[in-house]
Amino acid sequence: MLLQVRNLRCGYGSLEIVKGVSLHVDAGEIVTLLGANGAGKTSLLRAIAGLLPVWSGDIRVNLRSVVGEPPWTRISHAMMLVPEGRQLFGDMTVWENLLLGGYHNLDRKRAIEDVYERFPHLKGRSRQLAGTLSGGEQQMLALGRALVARPRLLLLDEPSLGLAPLMVREVCNCIKRLKEDGVTVFLVEQNAVAALEIADRAYVMETGEIILEGEAADLVTNPEVRRAYLGKGYKEIWE
Amino acid sequence: MVQALQYFFSGITVGSVYAIVAIGFNIIYSATGVLNFAQGEFVMLGGMVAITLASFLPVPVAVAVAVAIVTLFGCGLELVFFRRLRSHSILHMIIITIGLSIVIQELALHVWDEKVRSLPYFTGNEASSVKLLGAALSPQVIWVLGTAAIVVALLQLFYKRTLYGRAMRACSSNPEAAMLVGINTGNMRTAAFGLSAGLGALAGCVISPISMTHYEMGPGLAIKGFAAAVLGGLGNPMAAVVGGLMVGLIEAFSVSVIPSAFKDVAAFAILLAMLFLRPHGLFGRPSGVSVREV
Repeated sequence: MLLQVRNLRCGYGSLEIVKGVSLHVDAGEIVTLLGANGAGKTSLLRAIAGLLPVWSGDIRVNLRSVVGEPPWTRISHAMMLVPEGRQLFGDMTVWENLLLGGYHNLDRKRAIEDVYERFPHLKGRSRQLAGTLSGGEQQMLALGRALVARPRLLLLDEPSLGLAPLMVREVCNCIKRLKEDGVTVFLVEQNAVAALEIADRAYVMETGEIILEGEAADLVTNPEVRRAYLGKGYKEIWE
Repeated sequence: MVQALQYFFSGITVGSVYAIVAIGFNIIYSATGVLNFAQGEFVMLGGMVAITLASFLPVPVAVAVAVAIVTLFGCGLELVFFRRLRSHSILHMIIITIGLSIVIQELALHVWDEKVRSLPYFTGNEASSVKLLGAALSPQVIWVLGTAAIVVALLQLFYKRTLYGRAMRACSSNPEAAMLVGINTGNMRTAAFGLSAGLGALAGCVISPISMTHYEMGPGLAIKGFAAAVLGGLGNPMAAVVGGLMVGLIEAFSVSVIPSAFKDVAAFAILLAMLFLRPHGLFGRPSGVSVREV
């Protein structure tokens, strides 16, 4: 088990957002976490990345607990979060963003070349400021920046948010290629159709709790999931 | 004409010291969001420590050691007073810096008493002068200008060309993303305090032969440096240089119009005018980002 979360509780102030979540991600899998806005998906990811203090429960990466460790040590566990809204260094160039992604990777120059190979689009823009890129390019750069660190576990928070359908497709293809390259992906998404298409397994989260889990292929046909997250087919099932 | 030139050189001399103080403000502000009003104390401590050391060490060594000591002192301040207070508001921390400024002055008064001291001239003495474009300059002025220019150039190189400089910029650009890529933002903040303190100390040493070192010199410099930083636009170290030189020049030329006892008024007038009319500075962009709560 590459990532294991057990009975995790966390929140902001006295407001509990994640109410005892347990889940796991095995090496080589793409696992997706679905759920509506405000279900606590982002808070869960932030806790896993160390940005949000854990109230109780355990987070293990490669069987080693990382609870209480500051966020900047996560990369020593070969784990990287691509946060919601990209969070690029907007006033720095594309190349500088990638360079900082490899802050702890001594072989960063070659890793940057690999990212340019994966996203040829970025190479032509390497001297451009990150803040001036289009939404799709920014998402590529956010992914690229994380990949320069050569993570084995990649946490993605809503990579398709605000992207045109064609770009969503591109991001999905990119995630599938990452799996082929041996990167394990934990994908948080609101776009359930796209996420279930590429994922091996899926969890569904509602108001801070996991309410469903299973093979992605099974969840696609699950009436509960279809009603809540797929939208299409709502009528044929319930009327 | 010659007199105007003389004003000009005296203006850019004090101006470059204001510039270094303003850069110090900016370094700490961009890394932590805090305005450090103890910035002037670093200048005073640099001068005082160097003067004490110079009594038994050669001046260059005394200056180097003083800069190193004050750098460590700056790191220490961050570790002791700010690292544990991250959960407090920025305003609390700014008030702490004002408190620190007072405490450091009192300590300096006890250690070095209220005498006005100075380092010996780095080259030549009070009487020697260099002719430049018809104006008579003390060689120390060349030292001040040269030091400021080198500091600015090296700092630019550090921020734009090195991994650590870029990491420091990343911390101010997006602290959370900086943590995610593995930058220890706590240590970066400590380094920012150290860097800012070291630069201040260096300025305190080179200016000491001309403007003397006194335990009370800090707050005045901090206010002028702050005016310079605001004039240039907070968060942009290079704009601070222009801001510093402008405050220095305006102060120097104000002497020809208003009585010299009022020359501090010039700096405060700029500060107020700037805060009223263009709070984001001459070179800054008006945005909510510059007043963010970190």
